[in-house]
Amino acid sequence: MKASHMTQTPKITAHNLNFYYGKVKALDSISIDFNLNQVTALIGPSGCGKSTFLRCLNRMNDLITGIRVEGEIKIDDQDIYAPAVDVVNLRRRIGMVFQKPNPFPKTIFENVAYGLKVNGVTDKNLIAERVEKSIRQAALWEEVKERLHDSALGLSGGQQQRLCIARALAVEPEVLLMDEPCSALDPIATQKIEELIHTLKETYTIIIVTHNMQQAARTSDVTAFFYMGKLIEAGETDTIFTKPAKRRTEEYITGRFG
Amino acid sequence: MIHSFTKFKEKLMNYFFLLVATTSISILAMITLFLFKEGLPIFEKVGIKAFIFGNYWYPTADPAHFGIFPLIIGSVSVTLISALISIPLGVMTAIYLSEIASSRLREIVKPVVELLASLPSVVIGFFGMVIVAPFLQDHFNIATGLNMFNAAIMLAFMSIPTICTISEDALYSVPASLKEASLALGATSFETIVKVTLPAALSGISTAIILGLSRAIGETMVVLMVAGGAAMVPGSIFDPVRPLPGSIAAEMAEAPYRGDHYYALFAIGIVLFIFTFCFNIIADYLSNKYRQTGDATL
Repeated sequence: MKASHMTQTPKITAHNLNFYYGKVKALDSISIDFNLNQVTALIGPSGCGKSTFLRCLNRMNDLITGIRVEGEIKIDDQDIYAPAVDVVNLRRRIGMVFQKPNPFPKTIFENVAYGLKVNGVTDKNLIAERVEKSIRQAALWEEVKERLHDSALGLSGGQQQRLCIARALAVEPEVLLMDEPCSALDPIATQKIEELIHTLKETYTIIIVTHNMQQAARTSDVTAFFYMGKLIEAGETDTIFTKPAKRRTEEYITGRFG
Repeated sequence: MIHSFTKFKEKLMNYFFLLVATTSISILAMITLFLFKEGLPIFEKVGIKAFIFGNYWYPTADPAHFGIFPLIIGSVSVTLISALISIPLGVMTAIYLSEIASSRLREIVKPVVELLASLPSVVIGFFGMVIVAPFLQDHFNIATGLNMFNAAIMLAFMSIPTICTISEDALYSVPASLKEASLALGATSFETIVKVTLPAALSGISTAIILGLSRAIGETMVVLMVAGGAAMVPGSIFDPVRPLPGSIAAEMAEAPYRGDHYYALFAIGIVLFIFTFCFNIIADYLSNKYRQTGDATL
Protein backbone atom coordinates (compact mmCIF):
# COMPACT_ATOMS: atom_id res chain seq x y z
CA MET A 1 0.00 0.00 0.00
CA LYS A 2 1.58 3.22 -1.10
CA ALA A 3 0.43 6.43 0.45
CA SER A 4 0.93 9.54 -1.60
CA HIS A 5 4.24 11.06 -0.64
CA MET A 6 2.76 14.54 -0.88
CA THR A 7 0.44 14.11 2.07
CA GLN A 8 2.90 12.63 4.58
CA THR A 9 5.14 14.41 7.04
CA PRO A 10 8.63 14.78 5.65
CA LYS A 11 11.47 13.34 7.76
CA ILE A 12 14.17 15.02 5.70
CA THR A 13 13.83 18.13 3.60
CA ALA A 14 16.47 19.41 1.21
CA HIS A 15 15.94 22.93 -0.02
CA ASN A 16 17.91 24.59 -2.84
CA LEU A 17 20.98 22.51 -2.10
CA ASN A 18 24.12 23.37 -4.08
CA PHE A 19 27.29 21.39 -3.68
CA TYR A 20 30.75 22.20 -4.99
CA TYR A 21 33.94 20.13 -5.28
CA GLY A 22 36.37 23.04 -5.47
CA LYS A 23 34.99 25.06 -8.36
CA VAL A 24 32.97 22.24 -9.87
CA LYS A 25 29.27 22.43 -9.09
CA ALA A 26 28.20 18.84 -8.48
CA LEU A 27 24.65 19.50 -7.26
CA ASP A 28 22.45 22.28 -8.55
CA SER A 29 19.59 23.55 -6.37
CA ILE A 30 18.19 20.22 -5.25
CA SER A 31 14.88 20.40 -3.39
CA ILE A 32 13.22 17.19 -2.26
CA ASP A 33 11.38 15.74 0.73
CA PHE A 34 11.85 12.27 2.17
CA ASN A 35 8.92 10.87 4.08
CA LEU A 36 8.86 8.83 7.23
CA ASN A 37 8.78 5.04 6.75
CA GLN A 38 9.16 5.22 3.03
CA VAL A 39 11.84 3.96 0.70
CA THR A 40 13.11 6.54 -1.74
CA ALA A 41 15.29 5.41 -4.64
CA LEU A 42 17.77 7.84 -6.18
CA ILE A 43 18.48 6.87 -9.77
CA GLY A 44 20.46 8.38 -12.64
CA PRO A 45 23.52 7.76 -14.78
CA SER A 46 27.02 7.64 -13.26
CA GLY A 47 28.29 11.04 -12.18
CA CYS A 48 24.80 12.53 -11.94
CA GLY A 49 25.29 13.48 -8.29
CA LYS A 50 23.04 10.94 -6.59
CA SER A 51 25.80 9.52 -4.38
CA THR A 52 27.12 12.99 -3.62
CA PHE A 53 23.63 14.00 -2.57
CA LEU A 54 23.27 10.91 -0.37
CA ARG A 55 26.55 11.71 1.34
CA CYS A 56 25.35 15.24 2.04
CA LEU A 57 22.59 13.79 4.20
CA ASN A 58 24.97 12.45 6.88
CA ARG A 59 27.68 15.00 6.10
CA MET A 60 30.07 12.26 4.95
CA ASN A 61 31.31 14.71 2.32
CA ASP A 62 32.84 16.76 5.14
CA LEU A 63 35.79 14.35 4.98
CA ILE A 64 36.78 15.68 1.56
CA THR A 65 38.80 18.88 1.52
CA GLY A 66 37.71 21.75 -0.67
CA ILE A 67 33.97 21.11 -0.69
CA ARG A 68 31.28 23.73 -0.19
CA VAL A 69 27.58 23.35 0.59
CA GLU A 70 24.89 25.98 0.03
CA GLY A 71 21.20 25.76 0.81
CA GLU A 72 19.79 23.64 3.60
CA ILE A 73 19.00 20.11 4.64
CA LYS A 74 16.65 19.71 7.56
CA ILE A 75 16.00 16.59 9.57
CA ASP A 76 12.95 16.95 11.80
CA ASP A 77 13.16 20.69 11.12
CA GLN A 78 16.75 20.94 12.33
CA ASP A 79 19.28 22.26 9.82
CA ILE A 80 22.11 19.70 9.75
CA TYR A 81 24.62 22.18 8.33
CA ALA A 82 24.02 24.70 11.14
CA PRO A 83 27.26 25.49 13.01
CA ALA A 84 25.91 24.19 16.32
CA VAL A 85 25.20 20.71 14.94
CA ASP A 86 27.25 17.86 16.38
CA VAL A 87 28.27 15.81 13.32
CA VAL A 88 29.07 12.73 15.41
CA ASN A 89 25.57 12.73 16.86
CA LEU A 90 24.05 13.38 13.44
CA ARG A 91 25.81 10.36 11.96
CA ARG A 92 24.55 8.20 14.78
CA ARG A 93 21.00 9.21 13.87
CA ILE A 94 21.56 8.58 10.16
CA GLY A 95 23.00 5.18 9.42
CA MET A 96 24.82 4.36 6.23
CA VAL A 97 25.49 1.22 4.20
CA PHE A 98 28.20 1.49 1.57
CA GLN A 99 28.65 0.29 -1.96
CA LYS A 100 31.17 -2.42 -1.13
CA PRO A 101 30.77 -4.46 2.05
CA ASN A 102 33.26 -2.96 4.49
CA PRO A 103 33.23 -4.96 7.73
CA PHE A 104 35.97 -4.17 10.22
CA PRO A 105 38.70 -6.81 10.53
CA LYS A 106 37.12 -7.87 13.82
CA THR A 107 34.73 -10.63 14.87
CA ILE A 108 31.12 -10.65 13.68
CA PHE A 109 29.99 -9.72 17.18
CA GLU A 110 32.53 -6.91 17.53
CA ASN A 111 31.49 -5.45 14.18
CA VAL A 112 27.92 -5.01 15.33
CA ALA A 113 28.86 -3.99 18.87
CA TYR A 114 31.28 -1.32 17.62
CA GLY A 115 28.69 1.42 17.08
CA LEU A 116 27.20 0.82 20.52
CA LYS A 117 30.57 0.94 22.22
CA VAL A 118 31.68 4.18 20.60
CA ASN A 119 28.34 5.65 21.56
CA GLY A 120 28.98 4.93 25.20
CA VAL A 121 26.97 1.74 25.80
CA THR A 122 28.91 -0.32 28.37
CA ASP A 123 26.28 -2.73 29.70
CA LYS A 124 27.42 -6.10 28.37
CA ASN A 125 23.94 -7.66 28.46
CA LEU A 126 22.43 -4.74 26.62
CA ILE A 127 25.17 -4.93 23.97
CA ALA A 128 24.65 -8.67 23.48
CA GLU A 129 20.90 -8.14 23.26
CA ARG A 130 21.17 -5.35 20.69
CA VAL A 131 23.76 -7.27 18.64
CA GLU A 132 21.42 -10.26 18.38
CA LYS A 133 18.41 -8.06 17.59
CA SER A 134 20.28 -6.20 14.83
CA ILE A 135 21.65 -9.35 13.25
CA ARG A 136 18.14 -10.84 13.30
CA GLN A 137 16.74 -7.67 11.72
CA ALA A 138 19.34 -7.99 9.00
CA ALA A 139 18.17 -11.58 8.37
CA LEU A 140 21.61 -12.96 9.10
CA TRP A 141 21.14 -14.56 12.52
CA GLU A 142 20.53 -18.14 11.42
CA GLU A 143 23.68 -18.09 9.30
CA VAL A 144 26.07 -16.67 11.89
CA LYS A 145 24.70 -17.49 15.36
CA GLU A 146 27.16 -20.38 15.74
CA ARG A 147 30.20 -18.29 14.87
CA LEU A 148 29.64 -14.82 16.28
CA HIS A 149 33.22 -14.73 17.50
CA ASP A 150 34.82 -15.63 14.18
CA SER A 151 36.26 -12.98 11.92
CA ALA A 152 33.74 -11.13 9.82
CA LEU A 153 36.12 -11.37 6.89
CA GLY A 154 35.31 -15.08 6.60
CA LEU A 155 31.71 -14.33 5.55
CA SER A 156 30.57 -14.28 1.93
CA GLY A 157 30.04 -10.93 0.21
CA GLY A 158 26.27 -11.04 0.66
CA GLN A 159 26.61 -11.98 4.33
CA GLN A 160 29.17 -9.23 4.85
CA GLN A 161 26.78 -6.68 3.40
CA ARG A 162 23.96 -7.86 5.66
CA LEU A 163 26.42 -7.66 8.55
CA CYS A 164 27.12 -4.05 7.57
CA ILE A 165 23.38 -3.40 7.62
CA ALA A 166 23.14 -5.03 11.06
CA ARG A 167 26.04 -2.85 12.21
CA ALA A 168 24.22 0.25 11.01
CA LEU A 169 20.95 -0.84 12.67
CA ALA A 170 22.58 -1.57 16.03
CA VAL A 171 22.86 2.10 16.94
CA GLU A 172 19.12 2.48 16.20
CA PRO A 173 19.31 5.22 13.60
CA GLU A 174 16.24 7.04 12.36
CA VAL A 175 17.24 7.07 8.72
CA LEU A 176 19.16 4.51 6.69
CA LEU A 177 21.19 5.64 3.69
CA MET A 178 22.21 2.92 1.25
CA ASP A 179 24.73 3.69 -1.45
CA GLU A 180 24.28 1.04 -4.14
CA PRO A 181 24.25 -1.67 -1.47
CA CYS A 182 23.88 -4.52 -3.96
CA SER A 183 26.29 -3.45 -6.66
CA ALA A 184 28.93 -5.93 -5.52
CA LEU A 185 26.55 -8.81 -4.83
CA ASP A 186 25.17 -11.77 -6.75
CA PRO A 187 21.42 -12.02 -7.56
CA ILE A 188 20.57 -14.24 -4.60
CA ALA A 189 22.29 -11.96 -2.10
CA THR A 190 20.65 -8.99 -3.83
CA GLN A 191 17.24 -10.54 -3.40
CA LYS A 192 17.88 -11.03 0.31
CA ILE A 193 18.87 -7.40 0.74
CA GLU A 194 15.82 -6.23 -1.17
CA GLU A 195 13.51 -8.32 1.01
CA LEU A 196 15.29 -6.82 3.97
CA ILE A 197 14.70 -3.27 2.75
CA HIS A 198 11.04 -4.11 2.50
CA THR A 199 10.85 -5.17 6.17
CA LEU A 200 13.05 -2.38 7.43
CA LYS A 201 10.91 0.42 6.08
CA GLU A 202 8.34 -0.26 8.78
CA THR A 203 10.82 1.14 11.26
CA TYR A 204 13.17 3.32 9.22
CA THR A 205 13.16 5.99 6.59
CA ILE A 206 15.30 4.57 3.81
CA ILE A 207 17.07 6.33 0.96
CA ILE A 208 18.78 4.07 -1.53
CA VAL A 209 21.03 4.93 -4.44
CA THR A 210 20.83 2.35 -7.20
CA HIS A 211 21.94 1.76 -10.75
CA ASN A 212 19.46 -1.01 -11.16
CA MET A 213 16.06 0.12 -12.53
CA GLN A 214 14.32 -3.10 -11.51
CA GLN A 215 15.66 -2.70 -8.01
CA ALA A 216 14.32 0.85 -7.79
CA ALA A 217 10.96 -0.33 -9.11
CA ARG A 218 10.82 -3.30 -6.74
CA THR A 219 11.97 -1.70 -3.53
CA SER A 220 10.96 1.94 -3.48
CA ASP A 221 7.81 3.95 -2.84
CA VAL A 222 9.24 7.12 -4.30
CA THR A 223 11.83 7.50 -7.05
CA ALA A 224 13.96 10.56 -7.75
CA PHE A 225 15.80 10.90 -11.05
CA PHE A 226 19.07 12.85 -11.07
CA TYR A 227 20.84 14.03 -14.18
CA MET A 228 23.98 16.17 -14.44
CA GLY A 229 23.72 17.41 -10.86
CA LYS A 230 20.05 18.34 -11.15
CA LEU A 231 16.96 16.65 -9.80
CA ILE A 232 14.93 16.13 -12.96
CA GLU A 233 11.85 14.69 -11.32
CA ALA A 234 10.66 12.88 -8.25
CA GLY A 235 7.41 11.13 -7.61
CA GLU A 236 5.71 7.88 -6.74
CA THR A 237 7.67 5.00 -8.16
CA ASP A 238 4.67 3.67 -10.10
CA THR A 239 4.18 7.01 -11.79
CA ILE A 240 7.86 7.57 -12.54
CA PHE A 241 8.15 4.15 -14.17
CA THR A 242 4.87 4.24 -16.11
CA LYS A 243 4.11 7.88 -16.87
CA PRO A 244 7.19 10.03 -16.21
CA ALA A 245 6.55 13.73 -16.68
CA LYS A 246 9.94 14.55 -18.24
CA ARG A 247 11.32 13.20 -21.50
CA ARG A 248 14.81 12.68 -19.93
CA THR A 249 13.38 10.44 -17.25
CA GLU A 250 11.58 8.32 -19.76
CA GLU A 251 14.67 8.00 -21.93
CA TYR A 252 16.77 6.89 -18.96
CA ILE A 253 14.25 4.44 -17.58
CA THR A 254 13.68 2.83 -20.94
CA GLY A 255 17.41 2.47 -21.38
CA ARG A 256 17.91 4.90 -24.24
CA PHE A 257 20.92 6.45 -22.47
CA GLY A 258 22.83 6.18 -19.23
CA MET B 1 67.15 -22.47 -36.55
CA ILE B 2 66.18 -18.99 -35.40
CA HIS B 3 63.77 -20.52 -32.98
CA SER B 4 66.39 -22.65 -31.27
CA PHE B 5 68.74 -19.67 -31.06
CA THR B 6 66.08 -17.66 -29.20
CA LYS B 7 65.60 -20.62 -26.91
CA PHE B 8 69.33 -20.79 -26.28
CA LYS B 9 69.41 -17.08 -25.45
CA GLU B 10 66.53 -17.52 -23.03
CA LYS B 11 68.36 -20.35 -21.30
CA LEU B 12 71.56 -18.35 -21.13
CA MET B 13 69.72 -15.47 -19.47
CA ASN B 14 68.18 -17.85 -16.96
CA TYR B 15 71.60 -19.26 -16.04
CA PHE B 16 73.09 -15.80 -15.82
CA PHE B 17 70.50 -14.67 -13.30
CA LEU B 18 70.80 -17.92 -11.40
CA LEU B 19 74.56 -17.34 -11.16
CA VAL B 20 74.14 -13.76 -9.91
CA ALA B 21 71.56 -14.81 -7.35
CA THR B 22 73.60 -17.75 -6.05
CA THR B 23 76.74 -15.60 -5.85
CA SER B 24 75.25 -13.06 -3.47
CA ILE B 25 73.48 -15.70 -1.43
CA SER B 26 76.57 -17.92 -1.16
CA ILE B 27 78.74 -14.98 -0.12
CA LEU B 28 76.29 -14.28 2.71
CA ALA B 29 76.34 -17.96 3.63
CA MET B 30 80.14 -17.96 3.67
CA ILE B 31 80.27 -14.93 5.93
CA THR B 32 77.93 -16.68 8.35
CA LEU B 33 80.05 -19.85 8.20
CA PHE B 34 83.18 -17.81 8.80
CA LEU B 35 81.53 -16.09 11.76
CA PHE B 36 80.78 -19.44 13.39
CA LYS B 37 84.15 -20.94 12.47
CA GLU B 38 86.04 -18.08 14.09
CA GLY B 39 83.70 -17.71 17.06
CA LEU B 40 83.02 -21.25 18.22
CA PRO B 41 86.63 -22.14 19.35
CA ILE B 42 86.27 -19.88 22.39
CA PHE B 43 83.76 -22.32 23.83
CA GLU B 44 86.54 -24.87 24.21
CA LYS B 45 88.09 -22.52 26.77
CA VAL B 46 84.93 -21.04 28.30
CA GLY B 47 81.58 -22.81 28.62
CA ILE B 48 78.65 -21.27 26.77
CA LYS B 49 76.94 -20.54 30.08
CA ALA B 50 80.05 -18.90 31.56
CA PHE B 51 80.51 -16.90 28.38
CA ILE B 52 76.98 -15.55 28.27
CA PHE B 53 76.32 -15.14 31.97
CA GLY B 54 79.87 -14.37 33.12
CA ASN B 55 80.03 -11.03 34.87
CA TYR B 56 83.58 -10.10 34.01
CA TRP B 57 84.89 -9.05 30.65
CA TYR B 58 88.68 -8.78 31.10
CA PRO B 59 89.96 -10.19 27.81
CA THR B 60 93.52 -8.92 28.23
CA ALA B 61 94.01 -9.67 31.93
CA ASP B 62 95.94 -12.66 33.17
CA PRO B 63 94.06 -14.93 33.57
CA ALA B 64 91.60 -13.51 31.04
CA HIS B 65 87.86 -13.38 31.79
CA PHE B 66 85.42 -13.77 28.94
CA GLY B 67 81.99 -13.07 30.45
CA ILE B 68 79.82 -11.00 28.15
CA PHE B 69 76.83 -10.59 30.44
CA PRO B 70 77.58 -6.87 31.05
CA LEU B 71 77.82 -6.34 27.29
CA ILE B 72 74.50 -8.09 26.65
CA ILE B 73 72.85 -6.08 29.41
CA GLY B 74 74.41 -2.96 27.90
CA SER B 75 72.97 -3.71 24.48
CA VAL B 76 69.55 -4.77 25.72
CA SER B 77 69.12 -1.87 28.13
CA VAL B 78 70.26 0.77 25.64
CA THR B 79 67.88 -0.69 23.05
CA LEU B 80 64.98 -0.85 25.52
CA ILE B 81 65.39 2.74 26.65
CA SER B 82 65.73 3.92 23.09
CA ALA B 83 62.56 1.95 22.27
CA LEU B 84 60.73 3.78 25.05
CA ILE B 85 61.61 7.01 23.28
CA SER B 86 61.41 5.99 19.64
CA ILE B 87 58.21 3.92 19.58
CA PRO B 88 55.83 6.57 20.97
CA LEU B 89 57.49 9.39 19.03
CA GLY B 90 57.69 7.43 15.78
CA VAL B 91 54.19 5.95 15.88
CA MET B 92 52.52 9.17 17.02
CA THR B 93 54.28 11.15 14.33
CA ALA B 94 53.05 8.57 11.84
CA ILE B 95 49.48 8.91 13.13
CA TYR B 96 49.70 12.68 12.86
CA LEU B 97 51.08 12.57 9.33
CA SER B 98 48.65 10.01 7.96
CA GLU B 99 45.44 10.82 9.82
CA ILE B 100 45.52 14.41 10.99
CA ALA B 101 47.91 16.56 8.96
CA SER B 102 46.70 18.14 5.74
CA SER B 103 47.97 16.44 2.61
CA ARG B 104 50.17 19.46 1.81
CA LEU B 105 51.90 19.33 5.18
CA ARG B 106 52.26 15.56 4.88
CA GLU B 107 54.01 15.92 1.55
CA ILE B 108 56.54 18.29 3.09
CA VAL B 109 57.13 16.58 6.44
CA LYS B 110 57.33 12.95 5.32
CA PRO B 111 60.39 13.39 3.06
CA VAL B 112 62.05 15.39 5.83
CA VAL B 113 61.58 12.52 8.29
CA GLU B 114 62.89 10.10 5.67
CA LEU B 115 65.88 12.35 5.15
CA LEU B 116 66.74 11.94 8.84
CA ALA B 117 67.34 8.26 8.11
CA SER B 118 70.13 9.21 5.74
CA LEU B 119 72.16 11.03 8.39
CA PRO B 120 75.40 9.04 8.76
CA SER B 121 75.57 7.43 12.20
CA VAL B 122 78.96 9.00 12.84
CA VAL B 123 77.32 12.42 12.57
CA ILE B 124 74.69 11.42 15.10
CA GLY B 125 77.44 10.05 17.35
CA PHE B 126 79.38 13.27 17.02
CA PHE B 127 76.29 15.30 17.90
CA GLY B 128 75.84 13.11 20.99
CA MET B 129 79.46 13.65 22.01
CA VAL B 130 79.73 17.40 21.63
CA ILE B 131 76.18 18.60 22.35
CA VAL B 132 74.23 16.03 24.35
CA ALA B 133 77.04 14.75 26.59
CA PRO B 134 78.05 18.18 28.00
CA PHE B 135 74.36 19.04 28.40
CA LEU B 136 73.69 15.89 30.45
CA GLN B 137 76.83 16.44 32.51
CA ASP B 138 75.85 20.02 33.36
CA HIS B 139 72.18 19.46 34.06
CA PHE B 140 72.10 16.10 35.81
CA ASN B 141 75.23 16.44 37.88
CA ILE B 142 76.79 13.19 36.70
CA ALA B 143 80.37 12.10 36.16
CA THR B 144 80.16 11.61 32.43
CA GLY B 145 77.68 12.56 29.75
CA LEU B 146 78.86 9.63 27.66
CA ASN B 147 76.47 7.04 29.05
CA MET B 148 73.56 4.72 28.44
CA PHE B 149 70.97 7.50 28.38
CA ASN B 150 72.88 9.53 25.81
CA ALA B 151 73.32 6.45 23.61
CA ALA B 152 69.62 5.60 23.97
CA ILE B 153 68.58 9.08 22.82
CA MET B 154 70.90 8.97 19.82
CA LEU B 155 69.75 5.46 18.87
CA ALA B 156 66.14 6.55 19.24
CA PHE B 157 66.73 9.31 16.72
CA MET B 158 68.25 6.76 14.39
CA SER B 159 65.24 4.45 14.61
CA ILE B 160 62.48 7.09 14.54
CA PRO B 161 62.64 7.62 10.76
CA THR B 162 62.33 3.87 10.14
CA ILE B 163 59.49 3.45 12.64
CA CYS B 164 57.71 6.58 11.46
CA THR B 165 57.81 6.05 7.72
CA ILE B 166 56.90 2.35 7.74
CA SER B 167 54.09 2.94 10.26
CA GLU B 168 52.85 5.85 8.21
CA ASP B 169 52.71 3.70 5.09
CA ALA B 170 50.77 1.07 7.03
CA LEU B 171 48.28 3.57 8.44
CA TYR B 172 47.87 5.35 5.13
CA SER B 173 47.04 2.11 3.35
CA VAL B 174 44.16 1.27 5.69
CA PRO B 175 41.20 1.48 3.30
CA ALA B 176 39.20 4.70 3.54
CA SER B 177 36.04 2.58 3.52
CA LEU B 178 36.86 1.27 7.01
CA LYS B 179 37.33 4.77 8.39
CA GLU B 180 34.11 5.90 6.71
CA ALA B 181 32.23 2.94 8.18
CA SER B 182 33.42 3.92 11.63
CA LEU B 183 32.61 7.61 11.24
CA ALA B 184 29.19 6.79 9.79
CA LEU B 185 28.36 4.91 13.00
CA GLY B 186 28.93 8.04 15.05
CA ALA B 187 32.51 7.41 16.12
CA THR B 188 34.72 10.48 16.56
CA SER B 189 37.87 10.69 14.47
CA PHE B 190 39.93 9.89 17.57
CA GLU B 191 37.89 6.74 18.25
CA THR B 192 38.24 5.81 14.60
CA ILE B 193 42.04 6.11 14.77
CA VAL B 194 42.34 4.13 18.01
CA LYS B 195 39.75 1.42 17.36
CA VAL B 196 39.81 0.93 13.60
CA THR B 197 42.81 2.45 11.85
CA LEU B 198 45.50 1.46 14.37
CA PRO B 199 44.35 -2.18 14.74
CA ALA B 200 44.06 -2.53 10.97
CA ALA B 201 47.60 -1.21 10.55
CA LEU B 202 49.01 -3.24 13.45
CA SER B 203 50.98 -5.64 11.29
CA GLY B 204 52.78 -2.83 9.49
CA ILE B 205 53.38 -0.92 12.71
CA SER B 206 54.87 -3.94 14.51
CA THR B 207 57.13 -4.59 11.54
CA ALA B 208 58.18 -0.94 11.64
CA ILE B 209 58.99 -1.15 15.35
CA ILE B 210 61.02 -4.34 15.06
CA LEU B 211 62.97 -3.04 12.07
CA GLY B 212 63.63 0.22 13.93
CA LEU B 213 64.81 -1.67 17.02
CA SER B 214 66.98 -4.07 15.07
CA ARG B 215 68.67 -1.04 13.59
CA ALA B 216 69.29 0.22 17.13
CA ILE B 217 70.64 -3.05 18.54
CA GLY B 218 73.07 -3.58 15.67
CA GLU B 219 74.27 0.02 15.54
CA THR B 220 77.99 0.30 16.25
CA MET B 221 79.35 3.75 15.63
CA VAL B 222 76.95 5.66 17.84
CA VAL B 223 77.36 3.39 20.87
CA LEU B 224 81.12 3.32 20.37
CA MET B 225 81.15 7.12 20.50
CA VAL B 226 78.62 7.97 23.20
CA ALA B 227 77.82 4.93 25.38
CA GLY B 228 80.88 5.40 27.56
CA GLY B 229 82.41 1.96 27.01
CA ALA B 230 82.49 0.57 30.56
CA ALA B 231 82.06 -3.23 30.51
CA MET B 232 79.93 -3.44 33.65
CA VAL B 233 76.29 -4.03 34.47
CA PRO B 234 74.83 -0.51 34.78
CA GLY B 235 73.21 0.60 38.03
CA SER B 236 71.40 3.63 36.62
CA ILE B 237 70.55 5.01 33.21
CA PHE B 238 73.37 7.52 33.61
CA ASP B 239 76.04 4.81 33.92
CA PRO B 240 78.36 4.19 31.00
CA VAL B 241 77.85 0.87 29.21
CA ARG B 242 79.58 -1.16 26.52
CA PRO B 243 77.10 -2.73 24.11
CA LEU B 244 78.05 -5.78 22.00
CA PRO B 245 78.81 -4.10 18.65
CA GLY B 246 80.89 -1.40 20.34
CA SER B 247 83.08 -4.03 22.03
CA ILE B 248 83.84 -5.78 18.76
CA ALA B 249 84.70 -2.55 16.99
CA ALA B 250 86.83 -1.21 19.82
CA GLU B 251 88.83 -4.38 20.49
CA MET B 252 89.20 -6.16 17.18
CA ALA B 253 92.27 -4.21 16.15
CA GLU B 254 94.13 -5.13 19.35
CA ALA B 255 93.13 -8.76 19.59
CA PRO B 256 95.93 -11.13 18.50
CA TYR B 257 94.97 -13.11 15.39
CA ARG B 258 93.36 -16.43 16.32
CA GLY B 259 93.96 -15.84 20.00
CA ASP B 260 91.29 -16.37 22.65
CA HIS B 261 90.33 -12.71 22.61
CA TYR B 262 89.91 -12.87 18.82
CA TYR B 263 87.67 -15.95 19.10
CA ALA B 264 85.67 -14.32 21.89
CA LEU B 265 84.99 -11.25 19.77
CA PHE B 266 83.67 -13.44 16.97
CA ALA B 267 81.52 -15.26 19.51
CA ILE B 268 80.09 -11.86 20.47
CA GLY B 269 79.34 -11.49 16.75
CA ILE B 270 77.42 -14.77 16.88
CA VAL B 271 75.37 -13.57 19.85
CA LEU B 272 74.61 -10.31 18.06
CA PHE B 273 73.70 -12.21 14.92
CA ILE B 274 71.26 -14.34 16.91
CA PHE B 275 69.70 -11.20 18.39
CA THR B 276 69.10 -9.51 15.04
CA PHE B 277 68.05 -12.82 13.48
CA CYS B 278 65.38 -13.21 16.16
CA PHE B 279 64.21 -9.63 15.60
CA ASN B 280 63.74 -10.34 11.92
CA ILE B 281 61.91 -13.61 12.59
CA ILE B 282 59.58 -11.79 14.97
CA ALA B 283 59.01 -9.01 12.42
CA ASP B 284 58.20 -11.58 9.79
CA TYR B 285 55.87 -13.49 12.11
CA LEU B 286 54.02 -10.34 13.19
CA SER B 287 53.57 -9.07 9.69
CA ASN B 288 51.97 -12.36 8.73
CA LYS B 289 49.93 -12.79 11.87
CA TYR B 290 48.07 -9.50 11.73
CA ARG B 291 47.88 -9.36 7.96
CA GLN B 292 44.75 -7.51 6.94
CA THR B 293 44.06 -7.76 3.27
CA GLY B 294 42.67 -4.29 2.79
CA ASP B 295 39.07 -4.16 1.65
CA ALA B 296 36.77 -6.98 2.51
CA THR B 297 36.90 -9.49 -0.29
CA LEU B 298 33.88 -10.94 -1.95
